[in-house]
Amino acid sequence: MATIRDGKIVEDTWQHVADGEAAPEGDVIVTLARLRQEGEALRARAGKLGVRVGSDAIADEIGDEVKDLALVAIEFPKYVDGRGYTIARKLRDRFKFEGELRAVGNVLRDQLFYMHRCGFDAYELQEGKDAEGALEAFQEFSVTYQGGSDDPRPLYRRR
Amino acid sequence: MYQYDQYDQRIVEERSRQFRGQVQRRLSGEILEDEFKPLRLQNGLYMQLHAYMLRVAVPYGLLSSTQMRKLAHIARTYDKGYGHLTTRQNMQFNWPTLEGVANILDELASVQMHAVQTSGNCIRNTTSDQFAGVTRDELEDPRPYAEIIRQWSTFHPEFAFLPRKFKIAVNATPDDDRAAVYFHDIGVKLVENGAGERGFEVLAGGGLGRTPHIGQTVRKFLPKEHLLSYLESILRVYNQFGRRDNKFKARIKILVNALGIEEFSRRVEEEWEQIKDGDMLLPEEEIERVKKHFAPHAYETLPDSDSELAALALDKDRAFGNWVKNNVRPHKVPGYASVTISVKDKEIPPGDLSDYQMDQVADLADRYSFGEMRITHTQNLVLADVKVSQLRELHEKLVAVNLGNANANHIADMITCPGLDFCNLANARSIPIGMRIIDRFDDIDYMNDIGDVNLKISGCINACGHHHVGNIGILGIDKQGVEHYQLMLGGSAGNDASLGQIVGPAFTQDEIVGAVDTVLQRYLKERESADETFIHCYRRVGMAPFKEALYGDN
Repeated sequence: MATIRDGKIVEDTWQHVADGEAAPEGDVIVTLARLRQEGEALRARAGKLGVRVGSDAIADEIGDEVKDLALVAIEFPKYVDGRGYTIARKLRDRFKFEGELRAVGNVLRDQLFYMHRCGFDAYELQEGKDAEGALEAFQEFSVTYQGGSDDPRPLYRRR
Repeated sequence: MYQYDQYDQRIVEERSRQFRGQVQRRLSGEILEDEFKPLRLQNGLYMQLHAYMLRVAVPYGLLSSTQMRKLAHIARTYDKGYGHLTTRQNMQFNWPTLEGVANILDELASVQMHAVQTSGNCIRNTTSDQFAGVTRDELEDPRPYAEIIRQWSTFHPEFAFLPRKFKIAVNATPDDDRAAVYFHDIGVKLVENGAGERGFEVLAGGGLGRTPHIGQTVRKFLPKEHLLSYLESILRVYNQFGRRDNKFKARIKILVNALGIEEFSRRVEEEWEQIKDGDMLLPEEEIERVKKHFAPHAYETLPDSDSELAALALDKDRAFGNWVKNNVRPHKVPGYASVTISVKDKEIPPGDLSDYQMDQVADLADRYSFGEMRITHTQNLVLADVKVSQLRELHEKLVAVNLGNANANHIADMITCPGLDFCNLANARSIPIGMRIIDRFDDIDYMNDIGDVNLKISGCINACGHHHVGNIGILGIDKQGVEHYQLMLGGSAGNDASLGQIVGPAFTQDEIVGAVDTVLQRYLKERESADETFIHCYRRVGMAPFKEALYGDN
């Protein structure tokens, strides 16, 4: 599985940690449940801390507790589940989340452009997919009509 | 009409290139069919019963003659020589190949057209009144707002994977509704408030399908500059809370009804409070920029023609007179009229146009109607700006290409879905039933006697033929492997929105046409006068007389 960040394939230092598994050294991504239980201890560790939330998470409910983390990973259980786009936009636009916003799960090339526009900057591409080719997705459109988290101005403010 | 600038043009060209790449990756096996399906759907490409079907977007139904000629060329070159008009004012082709579609998109882009979001669980083509801009009963032309919505919804990154498809319609006629705004996921009505300011009433939760609902008001009055942020707020609430576990419960109407309109509206308003004064505010200059594209044509100054039009309806050439009476309506500019070209003929599937007819209509639009035409949601065409003095000439030319039928807004002017002839969801055929009904009511005097009535036929409960809102609705069902048809009465898609009710046990395909006739004959007996239309008569007398006529006393 390749990780893409800011339009490039990168070496990924983040580790997903399952519930019940001890947190290793370095940068870790834990579940929201674990963050809620062990938040204080996790924040006291040396490495960076990230959280993974499901597509059923409601941004207004989790925003305050995740907004100061280094990373929020949003799960796409199936790429046609579009709730993650709204979660991303609200974390960026309303909660001013400035850490890494990462799409995980069933993440495919043909959704990367939309994800990027909704504020994602990192993607764990579905296993077995061509990562080099996927980078082209970010360049497929040079014009967009509506504002997004990448640029809030609709085309009518740029025309 | 709206003309693309460099930005609009670049978007459709880049889309065409993107789709060509997606097709190549599909053919090479890099994308699995399951992954490809939503991609092709968002480009209007369905897999039907026998072949691919491509649906081309015609924003709010408006087409130039150049665009129509291109559609004729596509029908001829990539399809079997015809296209089909749809209830979202689009045109679809039933027989393209996957490889051909990439070329079709290039062809479309060359005339400022595309197939973006004509299918899939995203925001679909925004529809409007087919007489927008020329009708006397509108506050102002709704098409600039439909175009603004089109641009906002095109490739909206947040709303490409909604729980289900999403349809928006806009109208601007306080006393009439030809855009069926009460039966859309969002209906936008241009209104005037008590202070004489123009804005929008916003409805949500209307829809047909398996569980029909009439849309409810989310906001009585929305200032114009907030149009897009308000739509965005509704979509955002839907994207977060709409059901995704069951596709038959995934439309926004289910959410609106589950939450109740008060709670739904509260959530929308809460969302809107956060974004309403941001970059989405619609500046007056942008509204004006788009409005300029819909400026009135260079009409000649002509004397008032209402009495002339009334006289033409009584013309001694009855074919022409009836056509004027049924298919021609007054225009807001003296000396002009709007013509509905009926695409309902007993020999041809309702809404089908041959490549030759498309070319001919394009020529007629150039000659008689400023080079523009419209597709109606009732699967007809409109030439909106014809000089009254040229109606006779136009009629002759339409008759010559088999488009001169005088049945607009009458029993033969029905909506039909593709039905079992094309669709893999259908339980029964719709098209042949429609054609037989057109044949049955071939006698123009009988049809005129029956007067204004609309018939809508769906081949299954998904209701693509809008049977719930037909004054007379027909629903195809499967009864032990045999096609049957339920008859419904009393629906209306207009301002007096209502849902039809099933009369009784279903009819066989041999019985259903006669059953429609039985209902109409009973109506002729029941009505108080010739001025009482079928729907008004039905609302007065109720179901009982019709039930009795169809099934007897038991």
